[in-house]
Amino acid sequence: MPSEGGLSAEHVLEFPGGYTRTTGPVIGRFLTELRGGRIVGVRTAGGKVLVPPLEYDPATGDAVTGEYVEVGPAGTVRAWAWVAEPRPAHPLDRPFAWALIELDGADTTLVHAVDAGNPKAIAAGTRVWPVWRGDRTGHITDISCFVAEVTTIVSPVRTVYRLQAGGALQVFLEGVRRGVFVGGRCGGCAKVYVPYRLSCPECGIPMAEQVELPDTGTITTFAINNLPDPRAPEVPFVSAYILLDGSDVPMISLVGGVPAHEVRQGMRVRAEWLPESERTLSMANIRWFAPTGEPDVEL
Amino acid sequence: MRRVAVVAFAQTEHTGHDTGVGEVELILPVINEVKERTGLTRFGFTCSGSCDYLAGAPFSFVSALDALGAWPPISESHVEMDGAWALYEAWVRLQHGDVDTALVYGFGKSSLGDLAEIMTLQLDPYYLAPLGLDRLSFAALQASATGADRKELDEIVRRSRADGRRNPYALDLPEQIPDGFAVEPLKTSDVAPITDGAAAVVLAAGDLAERLCATPAYITGIAHRIEPHYLGMRDLSRSASAADAARAAGVGKAPVEVAELHAQFAHEEVILRQAMELPDDTVINPSGGPLAANPVMATGLIRIGEAARRIHDGTARRTVGHAAGGPCLQHNLVTVLEA
Repeated sequence: MPSEGGLSAEHVLEFPGGYTRTTGPVIGRFLTELRGGRIVGVRTAGGKVLVPPLEYDPATGDAVTGEYVEVGPAGTVRAWAWVAEPRPAHPLDRPFAWALIELDGADTTLVHAVDAGNPKAIAAGTRVWPVWRGDRTGHITDISCFVAEVTTIVSPVRTVYRLQAGGALQVFLEGVRRGVFVGGRCGGCAKVYVPYRLSCPECGIPMAEQVELPDTGTITTFAINNLPDPRAPEVPFVSAYILLDGSDVPMISLVGGVPAHEVRQGMRVRAEWLPESERTLSMANIRWFAPTGEPDVEL
Repeated sequence: MRRVAVVAFAQTEHTGHDTGVGEVELILPVINEVKERTGLTRFGFTCSGSCDYLAGAPFSFVSALDALGAWPPISESHVEMDGAWALYEAWVRLQHGDVDTALVYGFGKSSLGDLAEIMTLQLDPYYLAPLGLDRLSFAALQASATGADRKELDEIVRRSRADGRRNPYALDLPEQIPDGFAVEPLKTSDVAPITDGAAAVVLAAGDLAERLCATPAYITGIAHRIEPHYLGMRDLSRSASAADAARAAGVGKAPVEVAELHAQFAHEEVILRQAMELPDDTVINPSGGPLAANPVMATGLIRIGEAARRIHDGTARRTVGHAAGGPCLQHNLVTVLEA
């Protein structure tokens, strides 16, 4: 087994300070242009543009023409591989993609790193642009990496308002602070609306009277929410239309005290109130509606 | 062309870890085994394949000659490549007609360093090596370009490991294939295991082959072709050089019963089968192939040895041994062996 109690030692092979290599005129031109912030290819006798340039045409073995063509700087990813755990010698110290990048105007692909953030952000066909190093020396790493073309921006939106609860809403919220749902009955159509409002939206006439409704009702429809919401205790949560007993229009509220997948239309529920001492002029006085255990109601 | 045959083949029981034996100690048993099997103690030509960067020791192949008994001086050569190319050089040498036997060997201990990063050193120093592009990363780029079916790749791994477990020289790798990427889309199970080992082959020309071996495996075709080094200059989803080498070696002239392919990654088998136009009824890597044991610098030679062994033991009449070198199957050598 490997060096279990045996003799072992570290052995390092290294050229201290690095190996000095001459570039020759073709690779030298490419690296010189890179230092200047440009990417060039070389044209072959057959008219193809090789990027990075080679001294010869790989298809024929003939010398290339000596005509240098600026390409890119953008290109298209043709193939890619995702490095979840970068190695010390890699160009980036966070997860990144290797890619074969066909720079605009080139007939071959360039191997380089793409700082894509996550593997879902890169695909064959993704457009990428180089990120240039500040202190360039004429080295392939003068391009730090490539990044995706700009296709989206993030626009922050935030404005602050002050809301005043007056009129019908104040009447309703004062009821909620007392642990009562206040509704209104229309003198024309006799429908009971909750929350309380000053006029009947159907008949267009003022409400005839206030009515106090019980805190029990029936779920008419509901939705299971999987995105967090500051008004809900956890994900998933259920928001439902609840038709309070004695009213004609359902009211929206959270449903709790039951697994989300067990909530159903026709389920009987009752409001769970905060203790009286904690109540304010707010719908938050109702934690949620929880099942009563009564048999379901045919809607 | 002079008729040349593989008359003996030996390999170590490869290990997935460093056992602490030196390179000479690793080679010695397989050299002795082929000497005993042929009765030869001296050879007209000797050629080896290895890579000094594996051990991190310049000219380590020279010290390995201690395993041969190279005195009085012998005619000897070395390639800084897989031992399969040493076999090619030996085959060419035998074509000269003045010598009749050749000893070929390859060896490597890939357990000593980080193979993925050692293989960065084979890349061109201007465009690729400075990026730190490692062996797993460039293989993953080729896997991505190939886009092979995941089920097919897993099946290749499963089959290779099962065959490897039946092969006393290969590693015992678990049936269960783990999930997880080395470099996406390359799974860790798609990668040949780190392996230490060695192999030796004896070639003999003309009538001598039949005197040294009851069933010589005649080399009826051998060719190698290479492509541009830079990955962006090639279509990585295909292997033009493997296709050309297979055509030049005459692979398609008659049915192939067994093909041993030097596929160090599961997707390379898919590329090679297609390039070499191997039909579905050709048995691929019955030894388990590189996915069951990958002693770097001997793995390609072992493919030729395993293909020859099927003819030596009479289980096949026509087989193919393939070897590859360079990043992403840059260089391919194809050998056709016949009874």
